[in-house]
Amino acid sequence: MNHPYLDNSYETRLKRKMSLVRWKNWHIDPLLSILLISLTLVGLFILYSASNENPEIIGKQVWHLLLAFTLMITAAQIPPRRYQQWAPSFFIMTLILLIAVLIIGKVGQGARRWIVFGPLRFQPSEMMRLALPMMLAWFLAEKPLPPSLKQLALCALILIAPVLLTAKQPDLGTAILIALSGVSLLLFAGISWKIVISFLSTGILTAPLLWHFMHHYQKERFLAFLNPDRDPLGSGYHIIQSKIAVGSGGWTGKGWLHGTQSHLSFLPAHTTDFIFAVAGEEFGLFGCSLVLLLFLTLFGRCLYLGTQAQNGFSRLLIGSLSLTFILSAFINIGMVIGILPVVGVPLPLISYGGSAMLVNMIGFGIIMSIHTHKKLYSS
Amino acid sequence: MTKPLTIKNYQQESHLFTQRTIAVFCLVLLLTATLILRLSYLQVIHHKMYSTLSQKNVLNIIPIAPNRGLIYDRNGVMLAQNIAVFSLNIIPAKVKSIKNTLQALKKIIAIFPHDIKNFNRSLKQHHPFDPVPLKINLSEQELAKFYVNRYRFPGVVIQSKMLRKYPLGEEVSQIVGYVGRINANDLSKVNQVDYSASNYIGKTGIEKYYEDSLHGRVGVEEVEMNAAGRIVRHMKRTLPQPGNDLYLTIDSRLQSFCEKVLGADNGAIVIIQPSTGQILALVSTPSYDPNLFINGISHKDYETLLKSPGHPLFNRAIRGQYAPGSTIKPFIAIAGLDSGAITADSKIYDPGWFRLPETKHVYHDWKPYGHGWVNVTKAMIVSCDTFFYRLAVTLGMNVIDQMLSRFGFGNDTKIDMPEALSGLLPSPEWKRNTLGHSWYTGDTILTGIGQGYLLVTPLQLAIGAAIIAQRGAYFQPHLLLKFQRPDETVMAIPNIEEIPIVLQHPQVWDIVIHAMQGVITHSQGTAVGFGRHPPYTVAGKTGTAQVFGKQRDEERSRMNIPKKLRNNHLFIGFLPVNQPKIVMAVVVEHASAADSLARRISDFYLKNCSQQDDPK
Repeated sequence: MNHPYLDNSYETRLKRKMSLVRWKNWHIDPLLSILLISLTLVGLFILYSASNENPEIIGKQVWHLLLAFTLMITAAQIPPRRYQQWAPSFFIMTLILLIAVLIIGKVGQGARRWIVFGPLRFQPSEMMRLALPMMLAWFLAEKPLPPSLKQLALCALILIAPVLLTAKQPDLGTAILIALSGVSLLLFAGISWKIVISFLSTGILTAPLLWHFMHHYQKERFLAFLNPDRDPLGSGYHIIQSKIAVGSGGWTGKGWLHGTQSHLSFLPAHTTDFIFAVAGEEFGLFGCSLVLLLFLTLFGRCLYLGTQAQNGFSRLLIGSLSLTFILSAFINIGMVIGILPVVGVPLPLISYGGSAMLVNMIGFGIIMSIHTHKKLYSS
Repeated sequence: MTKPLTIKNYQQESHLFTQRTIAVFCLVLLLTATLILRLSYLQVIHHKMYSTLSQKNVLNIIPIAPNRGLIYDRNGVMLAQNIAVFSLNIIPAKVKSIKNTLQALKKIIAIFPHDIKNFNRSLKQHHPFDPVPLKINLSEQELAKFYVNRYRFPGVVIQSKMLRKYPLGEEVSQIVGYVGRINANDLSKVNQVDYSASNYIGKTGIEKYYEDSLHGRVGVEEVEMNAAGRIVRHMKRTLPQPGNDLYLTIDSRLQSFCEKVLGADNGAIVIIQPSTGQILALVSTPSYDPNLFINGISHKDYETLLKSPGHPLFNRAIRGQYAPGSTIKPFIAIAGLDSGAITADSKIYDPGWFRLPETKHVYHDWKPYGHGWVNVTKAMIVSCDTFFYRLAVTLGMNVIDQMLSRFGFGNDTKIDMPEALSGLLPSPEWKRNTLGHSWYTGDTILTGIGQGYLLVTPLQLAIGAAIIAQRGAYFQPHLLLKFQRPDETVMAIPNIEEIPIVLQHPQVWDIVIHAMQGVITHSQGTAVGFGRHPPYTVAGKTGTAQVFGKQRDEERSRMNIPKKLRNNHLFIGFLPVNQPKIVMAVVVEHASAADSLARRISDFYLKNCSQQDDPK
């Protein structure tokens, strides 16, 4: 064999050239990207049907996606140590914006969520979904893990402010997601199972007791409180129609574009929060399982990348982002199929809408950044 | 105090993280399994239920109302028809601004404030894709105006609806009746599916009696509807089956003429073709305009009708129960002759009164000093009361009841009209049971001249007369001649013959009919008003029934008492005598001249109507 450096054959030159476009150099994880692209494409298909073949909505969503992928690639270029550096200031800025939104925020759909800067409008609560796990990861990065009780208490303090501020808007869905991002980060930080289980069990044990002591109208109010802004017509109309949509899908569904529940508008919010019902109606159990499998694979890939991360900040951040991502999907699906109360959590990467999409994709960008900016060790 | 030494153990933390990752992944797998289980529960186990629910959401069955059958008289004159009325409707979902549309519409079509008020009210009760009526019953001019300007009004539509109309109005309302809005009570009596699209149901008369035949069968259209109630797709359509067209036995010309003849008097006229039982005219005055009822009569109009002294809603021809007066005498005579209690030659002397042996009560004849020697023929011609007082006593109530019952008195006439009454044929048992008194011979005596407890309807009188005219043949009276199915096949209604009256002495018919002819032609005959010498043969019998007072002798100064207390005047008759074409019963309340009315009707019938009725 010739010495490689002397080899000037065509193949070798091509290989050398190809190495310039190697994914790592672009800080992109190819497998994660393929999964993201397939999931968003599946999402577009479902949305096309859910929107009654509305080209305007599809156009906008494609625009959202392009922007989101661009932001993801951009986020992937920034090395993780920068994120670690910026974490506290980013968090404090977002927190200030969250307070500002309560005062000068713009009202939309009965809630004060938006901040408008000229043509730019954004939701600080969505930003908080990134800022909070970054902050907590920063906070715990240099501490020995598992964290001590004192550190846990501090974490709880950091967590509680943005959750309450978001819930006050009111945006219960996002508040839950922010809380979840914090809790999942602590889980990965090694918080003892005893604490997790005791919290969970006291919660589960006291909830029915509370429920038992409530009057009928209080129960109704409680249900309404769970979702004050998305269910103004009250009662179970949403969930009934959603269950009908999913249930009528059967094994293989009614076929793409043939769902009657969504096409004839019986299904409420069928492009946003209830879009999974459209999938259930048109693609049946097989389609639903496929979507779940895609989500699961995506999650698995992210977790794997987390285990490959080299420092505490990276690991915790990846863990929190990916677990929050999959849980938000499960909460949405659980709500659509009637095992969770209706809260405004969209199905990530599939529901129509820009803000959540951008935040999720930036999250994936950060994960890719962490993975592709690793220092090389010699064995 | 020494700060606890905190050394980061990177190896161990990495290990901890991997452990947690595995745990979390297992947890997520568990959650996924939960979701899949739940999905299977919905999509596999309960698929059928949700599938049905989803179908129910989407598929709507819209009923289509059948066209109600039309009603004609025997000659094809329209008595009840359906006319299309056009209404102006707005589909809210298709109109940009309802306010602007209304403003623009106002400029071409007269829209009144109450129209807008009604519109606003019904706006709230309709789906946004349903047309909401703004103005009903557009005139042809308005319709044309709108169609010319239609391009300016997207979302404004004209809808047509079938409305029942009775062109002859009050002349035939007592027979045809009317339709009205369906209420819950009506719905409980019919097949509700069939009426799911119908607006009207027969309320009285023929419209009620032949409701089943007139209504037709509902049609259905299966449509796909969206959540807003808009029809997205038409799937399957089953056309409604229209109702049958009915041809009545009525001759509307004769009917109108009878109505005119009665004029302002309250009364009833029934004309029957005796050989078939077909009713040619059935008049009750005063009458009412049935068109008032179709869209729901206003409270005021209804009040007026109810409080009107003549009770226009009351059908005297089938529900008016009158004392027959002397018109009962031919039937009593038949009972007497046939039972052998008297013969054609049996004579009595009439001093002008009758008294039961060993009693004090005197029954007066209508003629103060009596008719002298009378046999049964003369007794009928001059309407001798004394003869029939005595005959009634001789016969006894049982024999009288038996014979009258054979002529249909006190029985259901079986006419094809709702709510006909049966009159009252009194008997000792009846009196004991209802009044609690025992029967007196006096009651029998009064029955002999058609007073007392005996009550008959004009229709029953006509039937009785028809049986005499036919010498015992008895046909059920009916109003339906034939009906035409939607496929144009015609079903004639057969005449139904009841058990004929077979007398032991058939010559009795001749005696009675001859006597009834004498009523008209004999110089002493009571039917003075009919005219002594009509150019055709007629048999008849007059009657005067007391309304006020019980005693004949109290009826002296007839014209001085208030009209409502005056006697009712009755006439039964048939012509021509040998082959009777018509039988009539005329009742005029509180007035005389029933016989002269009968003459005018007979003349009219023979001149205008009889040709068609001749068997061809």
